Amino acid sequence: MKHLISIALIAASAGALAQSSVEIKDPWVRATVAQQKATGAFMQLTAKADSKLVEAKSPVAGVVEIHEMAMDNNVMKMRQIPGLALPAGKAVELKPGGYHVMLLDLKAQVKEGDVVPVTLVFEGKDGKRETVEIKAPAKPLAAMPAMANKPAPAAEHKH
Amino acid sequence: MPHAPSSSPSLVPLTGRRQSLLWLAAGAAGLLSGCDRLSPAGQPAPTFKGIDITGADYARGFSLTDFNGRLRTLADFKDQVVMLYFGFVQCPDVCPTALTRAAAVMERLGPRAGDLQVIFVTVDPERDTPELLREYMAAFHPAFLALTGNAEQIAQTAKDFRAFYKKVPTGSSYTMDHTALSYLFDRQGRIRVALRHEQTVDDYTADIRALLDAPAA
Repeated sequence: MKHLISIALIAASAGALAQSSVEIKDPWVRATVAQQKATGAFMQLTAKADSKLVEAKSPVAGVVEIHEMAMDNNVMKMRQIPGLALPAGKAVELKPGGYHVMLLDLKAQVKEGDVVPVTLVFEGKDGKRETVEIKAPAKPLAAMPAMANKPAPAAEHKH
Repeated sequence: MPHAPSSSPSLVPLTGRRQSLLWLAAGAAGLLSGCDRLSPAGQPAPTFKGIDITGADYARGFSLTDFNGRLRTLADFKDQVVMLYFGFVQCPDVCPTALTRAAAVMERLGPRAGDLQVIFVTVDPERDTPELLREYMAAFHPAFLALTGNAEQIAQTAKDFRAFYKKVPTGSSYTMDHTALSYLFDRQGRIRVALRHEQTVDDYTADIRALLDAPAA
């Protein structure tokens, strides 16, 4: 009986770990064509306490960066950012037209339906880091989640 | 490093006093689309959802190689409306969004889709090989065409369109800043409209339909 309880406790803590202090919803990666060497990963992050996404890694990519895209006078600009602030309780979207996790130097084509492991590193206000691995399914290159007829989102470029 | 020696990264289609006034009004209202209907009384108003650049002294055409190695100019697409976009394949965000939107427009046009030619001009000819461009376009629509050229040809084409692009190093790689407008040519090969990235499939479809419906002048 005691044994069973400890298993249950381990399972519960593993569950909590997978959930982490940041809730990760609807992760996905944009599929690529064969010789394409870069793509983006998208998701929604909600931190329980003020936190930051500071690093991302993936076995499918040689280099992974956190990027912000912005439109400035009809010019698309994409930049690496050192970290993405996750204010407590606020859903932060990584989506086309805003932030994304950029997968560079892809080792192989990402095909529709592939499940791409992505490791996210979050840093709390106390400097404590937490690593969470997610599985992001690959959607077709032409995926346009929630586009329908909404304007293509574009973050305002902050100066 | 390819770089369009454009004087300004922005598209400033001031083709006349009337339009510049409209632009001021548009800027003040913070609303660009649709405002061109506020034309002064008595004048035939353009009804484009995008930026009306009819009569502009730029974006007159192109001469580039397609992904099959064939030289293409605007004249090849006479009787079609042409929608041209500058972009690059290693682009996770705006380029696939623009191409997916273009594919959605094709679907909306139904039997008239063949009257629209979508053209993607790479601003990254170094990495975007013809094979890669062919495969990439096919992922969106079998009728989409991509054009490439050497660094000088691409720089010249961008300059001819007053489009901007710039290589930006990131980590061990690089990304491209680029103008994210879609340029529309009418069936007579005249530049007419620049649609912004933020505009909808409806806006794009409406302007393309307007050009398809326009009588040959």
